[in-house]
Amino acid sequence: MKLTGAQALIKSLEMEGTEVMFGLPGGAILPVYDPLIESSIRHILVRHEQGAGHMAEGYAHATGRPGVAMVTSGPAATNIVTPLCDAYMDSVPIVVITGQVPYAVIGTDAFQECDTVGITMPVTKHNWLVTDAQDIPEIVREAFHVATNGRPGPVLVDVPKDIANQTMDWHWPDGVDLPGFKPTTRGHPKQVKDAVRLIGEARRPVIYAGGGILKARAAEALRELVELTDIPVVTTLMARGAFPDDHPRCLGMPGMHGNYTAVTSMQHADLLIALGSRFDDRVTGKVSAFAPGAKIIHVDVDPAELGKVRRPDVPIVGDCRLVIEEMVREARADRTRRDWPDLADWLRQLGEWQSDHPLAYEQDDGGPLKPQFCIESLRDHTPDDTIVVSGVGQHQMWTSQLWRFNHPYTWVNSGGLGTMGFAVPAAIGAKVGKPERMVWAVDGDGCFQMTAQELTTAAAERIPVKVAILNNAYLGMVRQWQELFYEERYSEVYLSPDLPDYVKWAEAMGCVAFRADTPEDVEPVIEKANEVDDRPVVIDFRTDYREKVYPMVPAGGSNDDIILGPATDKPGGR
Amino acid sequence: MPATDEQVTHHILSVLVENRFGVLSRVAGLFSRRGYNIFSLAVGPTEDERFSRMTIVVDAASAPLEQVTKQLNKLVPVIKITELASQDAVERELLLVTVRASAELRSQVMELSAIFEAKILDVGYEAITLMVAGPPDTLDAFTDLVTPYGIVELQRTGRIALPKLARRPVTLRAVRDRGA
Repeated sequence: MKLTGAQALIKSLEMEGTEVMFGLPGGAILPVYDPLIESSIRHILVRHEQGAGHMAEGYAHATGRPGVAMVTSGPAATNIVTPLCDAYMDSVPIVVITGQVPYAVIGTDAFQECDTVGITMPVTKHNWLVTDAQDIPEIVREAFHVATNGRPGPVLVDVPKDIANQTMDWHWPDGVDLPGFKPTTRGHPKQVKDAVRLIGEARRPVIYAGGGILKARAAEALRELVELTDIPVVTTLMARGAFPDDHPRCLGMPGMHGNYTAVTSMQHADLLIALGSRFDDRVTGKVSAFAPGAKIIHVDVDPAELGKVRRPDVPIVGDCRLVIEEMVREARADRTRRDWPDLADWLRQLGEWQSDHPLAYEQDDGGPLKPQFCIESLRDHTPDDTIVVSGVGQHQMWTSQLWRFNHPYTWVNSGGLGTMGFAVPAAIGAKVGKPERMVWAVDGDGCFQMTAQELTTAAAERIPVKVAILNNAYLGMVRQWQELFYEERYSEVYLSPDLPDYVKWAEAMGCVAFRADTPEDVEPVIEKANEVDDRPVVIDFRTDYREKVYPMVPAGGSNDDIILGPATDKPGGR
Repeated sequence: MPATDEQVTHHILSVLVENRFGVLSRVAGLFSRRGYNIFSLAVGPTEDERFSRMTIVVDAASAPLEQVTKQLNKLVPVIKITELASQDAVERELLLVTVRASAELRSQVMELSAIFEAKILDVGYEAITLMVAGPPDTLDAFTDLVTPYGIVELQRTGRIALPKLARRPVTLRAVRDRGA
């Protein structure tokens, strides 16, 4: 069967199970948009290419399947670099197709030409420049294979316009031939044994669960391990929901804005079991002062993570789910052979810390609206399995701290890259992937202004996402740092509460919009927003700009020097 | 280069890669992005036409180098990486040098060339171009010795290396076994 390169590309995407793609056409990708008309693939027309990339990420976060985005060459390709980098940092499997100027004129500074493969090399797991239409099926198969196997991540396929117009003989390869890409998935049995031996000796163990748990679909295996061993779990920003917050062994989020118990448990631990986590600086604080008494078991599918920051006592390369399952089997056997230490003292200590240092804020009746109150109200008036998406900044930290995540894949955010503007498009992608679920974006006013135009996409495509803007009229996290570390010298952080008018803006984009100024307004507008299911909704919460995120470990500081903040700094605290 | 307490030394990496366009920039990019200087780099075909071998000499402390090696391993076109310690490898490099040598000094330069088994590639009125192949330190020595005459131009290829073959000493018993 003879096909054009463009037809082969669309057919290959279909063969890979692509149901939806996010994109925006342009000159160089025109040939590929033509056969899309006959394709089974749903295409969502974005308003900015960055939106397409973040939507693909949101889709992948929520479904576990690779998100697909397609854009044209030059400026479109550069616009999607941020989502590629975001996906690279957070290990999100996305496949990006870019148009390119005809092969014959590459390198001539042709109209809308840029070196897409060169530019995206450091922010993709791999990328391909197609030089022959005949190679398209192999390249697409390889692209999906690389994006989803081993440590997941973004890939990019750059398709010159003349290659898309070439004819080729259609074929579909049985598999991929990538001699340099063979990820190790099964943990080494001896290492697993060594790990279990350490676990069986530890008196103050903590499981340090990272985003890898979610990427490996290992949430159930983790739960089994915890219920077998009774070891408490901290869930990092990327792992919120990987272990239920309502579980008695869940300690919540560690790190710069983690709760006191999660942070301090790691500092006092004699064993950290790092599962799909990467000792990020936002978790460790000052590395030399991090968990000084702990031995380390580190499980990761990416060998480069082992020993990158902290040298593990037992490194295990492998898929988190498979390795945890092995650990569970080995632990069961081990417990029949010897007694494991009683963890009661340790658990009692953790319980004390939890009751002495809860997360706290004060909402005065009739006083300024606290952002934390908005988040808690939202949490309490939405279904348990609501997917929550956030941007980057104070609102992100409060949401991660205060939401009760009891299901995996219900928390979508930009962790590693910290991409402001992530929330709106990622929420749209998540809703497209999980249409039966309620999807709420919790966004900041600064973030919202970066990508809000995608609400037009959502309205046009009838994707009923909901957006809660915590509008404190500031770049709040930057303001917080200026207040705490720059002697309250506020440099370029004021945004204004009503410029733009968020309600009018949202309405202009085809959304239903509400505003809440006082604590009394909050619940009624949330209820009203929840009732809208045929178009996007935006709520403009006018929140108190003075509120800061606590606890806080200052950047580069030791986790022992955690600042609890005014509302939590009670007698008995450090 | 990131500051470390560790001793910074030459490391030789022998990297087997797929023979495709763009591979060199992927590999080189990994070093440059981390601020490591590649001291020398030689790329060429191998016994299998699908693959090329890069011999990279890099200055780095060993802990950061381990991270670079692991990152290199993640590149899809990279098949295998071997770190070759100097004592466990055979290394060769090629040097071309044009040395100032007027008629009266030419014989002295040629005498040095003979000692180093250098080949004369070209001769002019005031200069002579020589080629030396050998271990990198031999090339260093030759360069030192011709420097006083005046080096007009010098070019080295960067080293290539292969691991030394393992040889067990032949024991008497082994000999007897063979005879039996």
